[in-house]
Amino acid sequence: MSVILILLIASISVAGIFLFAFLWGTKTGQFEDDISPASRILFDDKPAQPKPNNK
Amino acid sequence: MPTIQPVTDNKTLCYHCGEPCPNEKIHIAEKKFCCEGCKMVYQILNENSLCDYYSLNENPGINQRIVVRKDKFALLDDEKIKTQLISFKDDTQIHITFYLPQMHCSSCLYLLENLHRVNPGVVSSKVNFARKEVDIVLLTKETSLRKVAETLTSIGYEPYISLNDLKEKRPAIDKSMVYQLGIAGFCFGNIMLLSFPEYLGIDASEVGLRAVFRWLNFVLAIPVLLYSALPFYESSWKSIKHKFLNIDAPIALAIIITFVRSAIEVINGTGGGYFDSMTGIVFFMLIGRIIQDKTYRQLSFERDYTSYFPIAISVLKDSKEIPTTLPEIKTGDTLLIHNEELIPADGILTKGKAFIDYSFVTGESIPVLKEMGELVYAGGKQTEGNIEILVVKKLPKAILPNYGTEMNLKSRRKINFIRPPAEPVFHLYCFTIAATTAVYWQINDPSKLWPAITSIFIITCPCALLLSNTFTNGNILRILGKNRFYLRSAQTIEDIARITHVVFDKTGTLTSANQQNIFYEGDGLTEQELNQVASIASHSSHPLSRALSKHLGYGKDEEVSQFHENTGRGVQGITDDGTFLKLGSAEFVTEQKSNTSGTNVYISMNDKVKGRFVFSNQYRENVEPLLHSLKRHYNVSVLSGDNDAERENLKKLVGEKSELLFNQKPEDKLQYIKDLQIRGESVMMIGDGLNDAGALKQSNVGIAISEQTNNFTPSSDAIIEAKQLPRLTRFIRLCIANRKIIIASFVLSIVYNIIGLYFAVQGTLSPVIAAILMPSSSLSILLLTFGSSSLLSKNMKM
Repeated sequence: MSVILILLIASISVAGIFLFAFLWGTKTGQFEDDISPASRILFDDKPAQPKPNNK
Repeated sequence: MPTIQPVTDNKTLCYHCGEPCPNEKIHIAEKKFCCEGCKMVYQILNENSLCDYYSLNENPGINQRIVVRKDKFALLDDEKIKTQLISFKDDTQIHITFYLPQMHCSSCLYLLENLHRVNPGVVSSKVNFARKEVDIVLLTKETSLRKVAETLTSIGYEPYISLNDLKEKRPAIDKSMVYQLGIAGFCFGNIMLLSFPEYLGIDASEVGLRAVFRWLNFVLAIPVLLYSALPFYESSWKSIKHKFLNIDAPIALAIIITFVRSAIEVINGTGGGYFDSMTGIVFFMLIGRIIQDKTYRQLSFERDYTSYFPIAISVLKDSKEIPTTLPEIKTGDTLLIHNEELIPADGILTKGKAFIDYSFVTGESIPVLKEMGELVYAGGKQTEGNIEILVVKKLPKAILPNYGTEMNLKSRRKINFIRPPAEPVFHLYCFTIAATTAVYWQINDPSKLWPAITSIFIITCPCALLLSNTFTNGNILRILGKNRFYLRSAQTIEDIARITHVVFDKTGTLTSANQQNIFYEGDGLTEQELNQVASIASHSSHPLSRALSKHLGYGKDEEVSQFHENTGRGVQGITDDGTFLKLGSAEFVTEQKSNTSGTNVYISMNDKVKGRFVFSNQYRENVEPLLHSLKRHYNVSVLSGDNDAERENLKKLVGEKSELLFNQKPEDKLQYIKDLQIRGESVMMIGDGLNDAGALKQSNVGIAISEQTNNFTPSSDAIIEAKQLPRLTRFIRLCIANRKIIIASFVLSIVYNIIGLYFAVQGTLSPVIAAILMPSSSLSILLLTFGSSSLLSKNMKM
């Protein structure tokens, strides 16, 4: 029955990865504005990337 | 890039903003513009090779006819104001977020994110379209806050900065509930999975494995108990502190009881507990909460009058303009009020001629003329040129002193708790059953007492009932929001369903605030004569003259000599062909007292009275069918701050039975609503502007009407976009239907409860039954509420 235990660990950790991805996405604001990224990608010349700054 | 401009009704549309051009004089190459402002924006974009702006969307611009005055953003040079606005600052950089209400399409996005091409001092600009904000990073060496604001203004996106920004930063979107939801979902899903052995039974040889599953469930339930369920604890704790039991209290209780009982079962090895039910409740409830919150996160219903006022006023000191924040203005200061600015304090006019539009305060739509030395009151809007006033009474006491106390009334009454209609009955029913069961088992088999009682709480936990409420309300709020009718809370749906009387404000609500109907009565006028009238009128700056000359199409090519303006009475002059024209009040033109009410401009030619122009309000489209359908179900009244010139017109619209009141001051409106309420009516008031603020607060449902959702409206229960007003009856019907849906799902949840209770009182509620009953009841109720409310709105064509 140890195989079930292994599967258990595997399934929970996979779910955990998704949970982590969700929390991370929320934290970095990826769900906040679902309009601009969609149109931003269509612009020919992308706006200049902000120079790496001391944030 | 499209070079052909769309033409409708033989009128060229502006290449920039898409509005019809009055003439074809303003153009660059093939591209026509409606005004210099639009042309200028085009030039700026052209110079910076940003013309993709125009190819992304057709005529994406914002009309630039109203010119923003040059030094409006001088206040951004003021250190004190600056520090309150910016979010981050170091030696080289400033980070700031501007709110740009004009943002509306992907072209805007393109342009704003390419701001560095227009203003090289901008390092980066990032748009948050949903919030209509742009985060800008700028280099202090190369540019300044003021310059960036001016750049934005020059391309048509004037940042909106209000006094509210100074008081506090806008709260960031609360993400914690989303985290809580994520964790609850994770735990709920896994617990369901791990509970299968519990539901289906497990081989006797695998008992050890079952214990592992149970303990895992136990561990997974802890974050839900301690973190995800926090909003319910907080809300119920708050309600208990206010000595009032809200719906979250039984939920919190059920969550804790379920957890404790399940934990005991797992520890003793007697059973698997009900962790699946518990986490499920939390998960579904959180979804409902988030849907509700999301609907009106964008809108602020608590705007007070300060958000109407500009952030800073120019105070004149030693003939220099010093931008000063509003709270710092002192009595005795001389203020320079620019064109189209609100007067922030009561004062004496010391320089310039004031045409003050008090529609904000009184509802009167035609500006009032004030001469030097006269008192002007806060809340009026200067409409013609700059004036200077000497402050005699400063904010906040200056403005609308009566409102302060009245406004508190409602905030106390309105608490954002959702209370289903039968909730107290439900609590009673739940506790009675628990008590009876307790007595029964106490007598017959005390060992079964606690399992039975906790089961009752688990099963009767009003979760299904609550879900039905949260989800139906949430869905209705969402549907209404999609139709530009925004409600403050779910409670408002209930209130709307209960109204018996509808009160309308006239100016700005039934009528459109910025349009007037002008028609002519009297002897016919020839084309040339009309042109002459227009010419004379265009020489005067009186609001009525301006409206008239605009209506007649600006007198062109007509010379006027010996023009003379008699302030407050009328104008006169001699035209090309020697006609002596007089234009003005009845007294001035006909030398007789006027015998009609309303706003009229009389004309005479060579001292012969020709006729008059009558100014009347322009009703919004489809107001008539709206009033007709409302009349069938409710009492309707109309209150107006204006004179009764419109009485006949209105009577036709609202019918004989309805009450029409004119010359209503804000206090009168408030009193009227109060009187109705004393008579037992439940009142819905629809109004705009500050003059209705008191009445909106007092009424059971106060709806503020707004030309644009982003405009600022007085504090109210709901905001409706002006264009959606004709559909109000449908919205009301939907709110009433909402009640029925809730009752239907309530009945359904009772059925589930009875089934569950059948097992619970016997003390035989097995995890399997609980696991089937809880999700299936929740899901079926979700389907019922969501499905029926969506279906209904589809039938109502929303």
